[in-house]
Amino acid sequence: MSSNTLRYFDHSATTPTHPDVLAAMLPYFTERFGNPSSHYGIAGDSRAAVRKARAQVAAAIGASPEEIFFTAGGTESDNWAIKGVALAHPEGRGHIITTAIEHHAVLHTVDWLENLGYTVTRLPVDCYGRVDPGDVEEAIKDDTILISVMTANNEVGTIQPIRRIGEIARRVGVAFHTDAVQAIGNIPIDVEQDRIDLLSLSAHKFYGPKGVGALYIRQGTVVDTLIHGGAQESGRRAGTENLPGIVGLGAAIERACRDIPAHNARILAMRDRLLRGILEQIPNVHLNGHSEERLAGNLNLSFDGVDGEALLTMLGMRGVCASTGSACSSGSESPSHVLTALGVPPSRARSSLRLSLGDLNDEEDIDTLLALLPDAVARLRRLSGTGA
Amino acid sequence: MQFTETVMDHFENPRNVGALEDADAVAEVGSPECGDTTTLYLKIRENRIVDVRFRTLGCAAAIASSSMATELILGKSLEEAWALTNTDVVRALGGLPEQKVHCSVLAEGAIREAINDYRRRQGLEPWE
Repeated sequence: MSSNTLRYFDHSATTPTHPDVLAAMLPYFTERFGNPSSHYGIAGDSRAAVRKARAQVAAAIGASPEEIFFTAGGTESDNWAIKGVALAHPEGRGHIITTAIEHHAVLHTVDWLENLGYTVTRLPVDCYGRVDPGDVEEAIKDDTILISVMTANNEVGTIQPIRRIGEIARRVGVAFHTDAVQAIGNIPIDVEQDRIDLLSLSAHKFYGPKGVGALYIRQGTVVDTLIHGGAQESGRRAGTENLPGIVGLGAAIERACRDIPAHNARILAMRDRLLRGILEQIPNVHLNGHSEERLAGNLNLSFDGVDGEALLTMLGMRGVCASTGSACSSGSESPSHVLTALGVPPSRARSSLRLSLGDLNDEEDIDTLLALLPDAVARLRRLSGTGA
Repeated sequence: MQFTETVMDHFENPRNVGALEDADAVAEVGSPECGDTTTLYLKIRENRIVDVRFRTLGCAAAIASSSMATELILGKSLEEAWALTNTDVVRALGGLPEQKVHCSVLAEGAIREAINDYRRRQGLEPWE
C-alpha cells in the first residue's frame, strides 16, 4: 500500500456505512419511496420496511418493537429522553442526576433545564472515569425524576456499571436513561437485564447512515413529546419518516450486534498490540480511562511535552485520521471536560490523542501507526524542548 | 483544519528551532487562552538580531507562527522587530483559519518580551 493510504483511527467519531447496509437502503430512495403514511401499494412497502427496522432495533437491545422510536440521531434521542421526562413533570420542578463526563447532548440539555428551574446533580467520576453506583444512590432525593448515565464514554471509552445503576433506579422508582451511542455494537446491552427505561442510539456509530437514530422508551415511562405535528411514531415524534435511514439503522444494528464477542476479539488484539508497541517505543505516555472496563476499540493517550492537536495535524499529513479532546481543538479553548473530570492535569489533557479502532482497521494500519507515531512525538518534543 | 501550504511547510520544517546557549535575550511567553507556550532566544549585535531560535509547545498554527516570526526578525534592527505584529506573521503565512489567528499573537508577544529582556539587561527602560 502507498504511504498515502488512509489510516482511519476515528471510529468513535463516525463510521462508514457498510455496503450491505447501503444495499438495503438503496431501493428506499428510488422505487420504494412511498410515504409510510399514504394508502397505496408502495406506501405499504414503506410501512413494512419501517416495521422491520423497528423489530431489528428492538431485538438488538431486548426491547419490544412498540418501545422503539426513530429520531434524527443520538443528540435528538438524548434531548427527547431528558427534556421529555422533565417536561412530563410539573413545570420547572424535579431533580436530575447525571455525570460530569456525559456527552454535550446530555450536559447542555440538563444545563438548559436547570435554567428553567429543575435541579441537577452532576456526579463526579474516579480517575478511570467510572461512576460509583453508591454516589448515584446517595444523590437520589424525594423529587428526583431522572438518572442519566452514559453506557460508555466517547473520549476515554470507560464503560459504566449501568446494570447496578439501573437496579438502584428501579428500586426507588426513578426513570433511568442511558446514552448508549458509543456502546451499541461494542458491548451487549439488554434493557431488561440492565433495567434501562430510556436508551439513546445513533446509526452512524455502528456502520449505519448519519442522521438517524432511535430512542427506546420502556412502556409506562412518562415522556412528553418534543416534535409535534403528524401522527407518526404513534403520535410521539412527528415528521415523515427518514425511510432509507430507518432501513439502514435496522440493517446496521442487526449486523453490529450479531456477534459482538468475535468483533471485539479482532479489535482488541489490534488495540492491545498498538498500545504495547506505543509504550515500548515512546517514553512518558499515559493511558487515560480504565485499563479493563473500556470499549475494545478505544485508546486515549497523553504524550508529555506534545500538543495533542499538533500531533493530530502531523499524523493527518501522513494519512492517519484520529481525534483529540485537548485544548484548542475544533475551536474550543478549554481542555476536555471528560479528562478534566478524571483529574487529568490540564497539561496532560492537552497532550491527549484518541485512537478509536473499528472495522476499517487491519494489522497493516497498526504497523503504520507504530512506525509513524514515535517519530511524530519525538519531533514535537524536540520542538517544545522537552526532549524524547 | 485547513492550513495554507506555507503553514504546513513551517510546521513540517520549522526554521530556527532550539535554544541559544549564549543568548543576549530570552522570553518565555504563554497563552492563557489555550496553554500554548513559546520560548524565544535572540543574539543581538549592534542593535541588530543576528541569530534567533525558538521552542514552542502548541498546535500547528502556533509552531508555524513561531517559525515564520523568527524568519521575519532575523537580521532586523530591534526597532523593526518591535514593529512586527501578529498580522504580519499571519500575512507571511498566507493566512490562518479565524480560530487560529490568536496563535500568532504568541509570536508577537515573544518578540517584544525578548527585546525588553535585552533592554533590561542593558540597563535601559523597557519599551511599551
